[in-house]
Amino acid sequence: MIIPCPFCGPRDLAEFTYHGDAARAAARPAHGSTDQEAWDRHVYDRRNPAGSHAEIWQHAGGCRSHLRVVRDTRTHEITETTLYAPEVSQ
Amino acid sequence: MAEYSALQVIRNALGGNEHWKPLWRKPDPKPAYNVIIVGGGGHGLATAYYLASEHGIANVAVLEKGWLGSGNIGRNTTIVRSNYLLPENAAFYEHSMKMWETLSHELNYNVMFSQRGIINLFHTPAQEDEAARRGNAMLLNGVDARFVRPEELGKRMPALDLAGSSRLPVLGGLEQPRAGTARHDAVAWGYARAADRRGVDIIENCEVTGFIRDGTRVTGVNTTRGDIYARKIGVAVAGSTSRVLAMAGIDALPIESHVLQAFVTESVKPCLDCVVTYGGGHLYISQSDKGGLVFGGDIDGYNSYAQRGNLPIVEDVMSEVVELFPAFAKLRLLRSWGGVMDMSMDGSPIITAGPLPGMYLNAGWCYGGFKATPASGFCFAHTIATDEPHPLNAAFSLDRFYRGYVLDEKGQGATPWKH
Repeated sequence: MIIPCPFCGPRDLAEFTYHGDAARAAARPAHGSTDQEAWDRHVYDRRNPAGSHAEIWQHAGGCRSHLRVVRDTRTHEITETTLYAPEVSQ
Repeated sequence: MAEYSALQVIRNALGGNEHWKPLWRKPDPKPAYNVIIVGGGGHGLATAYYLASEHGIANVAVLEKGWLGSGNIGRNTTIVRSNYLLPENAAFYEHSMKMWETLSHELNYNVMFSQRGIINLFHTPAQEDEAARRGNAMLLNGVDARFVRPEELGKRMPALDLAGSSRLPVLGGLEQPRAGTARHDAVAWGYARAADRRGVDIIENCEVTGFIRDGTRVTGVNTTRGDIYARKIGVAVAGSTSRVLAMAGIDALPIESHVLQAFVTESVKPCLDCVVTYGGGHLYISQSDKGGLVFGGDIDGYNSYAQRGNLPIVEDVMSEVVELFPAFAKLRLLRSWGGVMDMSMDGSPIITAGPLPGMYLNAGWCYGGFKATPASGFCFAHTIATDEPHPLNAAFSLDRFYRGYVLDEKGQGATPWKH
């Protein structure tokens, strides 16, 4: 699998570290939240879709940026790679 | 007299082997059954068999979207062991081990169960302490375990590099002598045949496309071969669990699907007569009866429904094989393939009634489902037949994650690609 890093160009999978579902990271309860059910869902439940999946990868063996990668979990085809920076986009 | 015996082999040989019967019928689906099992893999077939043999429920259909043995039951590295640390896991897998020991007789089908032993190698003093702890826990749980020192390792595995030249020299191993391997396809075929003889309908090329609901209760399934109704529906679909349950409106589960690769080399003369694992990384290797070395390592480490993996893991696994057994570098790889694993959030399985009324779930096997096949079928059949978990699977509930009762052997947390 080749991941096209927006900063370094197409690079081998071995250079990247996986950090899971990007939607899950975005839906994290607020730090001060004491909503037990919301934390249970966040920590343990996964959508696990077969198809398009937005996920976070870090280019640990390259520019070290965190990336938002849209990949098809059935074919490993990557359709979109951008900088993962939720606080910037908000 | 049992249908399969030495006498039958001779008799059929004299008849030109033209009179063997197919192992199971190819029935068309009936409109309704007492129980439908979705998924004709090892666990689904075993469940159907134990529903018929232990609970007298033979009006059962097993629905398989492909052909029998096309999923993980035909894609694993065939290892059977019960060397677990936590008491709940140890009791369940040890029960499974005992079932393996009599399985060929039970099914009248040779599953080629070979108790050749598994040796988990350790390479540092800290790992040795951990192995001692695990070994003692196993002994306390009634599971066999022993330490193996390098001198014995050298005698049993002449190809093992004990010269101390490697970065992580082998200091010894923890052995479970009763562990071993079994012929994976034969397990599917044996259970299928035994279930079929008891009246279970095994329906291949029959993909479930939806669930029929009556309020919240699940009362049947839509399939590519028509609608089929049942009082109880068990789902045992491994890596496809999230996909299948999404059809019933369950959009999140404590499961992620990941791809695991496995490899086999060309056949060579016997050179490795036990299962060995490498403690410096993640590798398990054994030699099949056909002569090929069968091995695998970590999952690829990202969500995947593709039954194929990527090259970094291939490179990683090969480097570990050569680290342990330098001579194996000369072997040629015959095949590699991938299977989709249902990785749970604590690395332990789920066998439970629910999550909807009328539905029963068997999932979360990570990459240890093969050895669990007999006990999984036995416990799932009990859960379906009685609506109560068997004591052996009481801890494998779905709500354990939210009650603080996770069964995390490694203490890894909810990062399933690291289990």
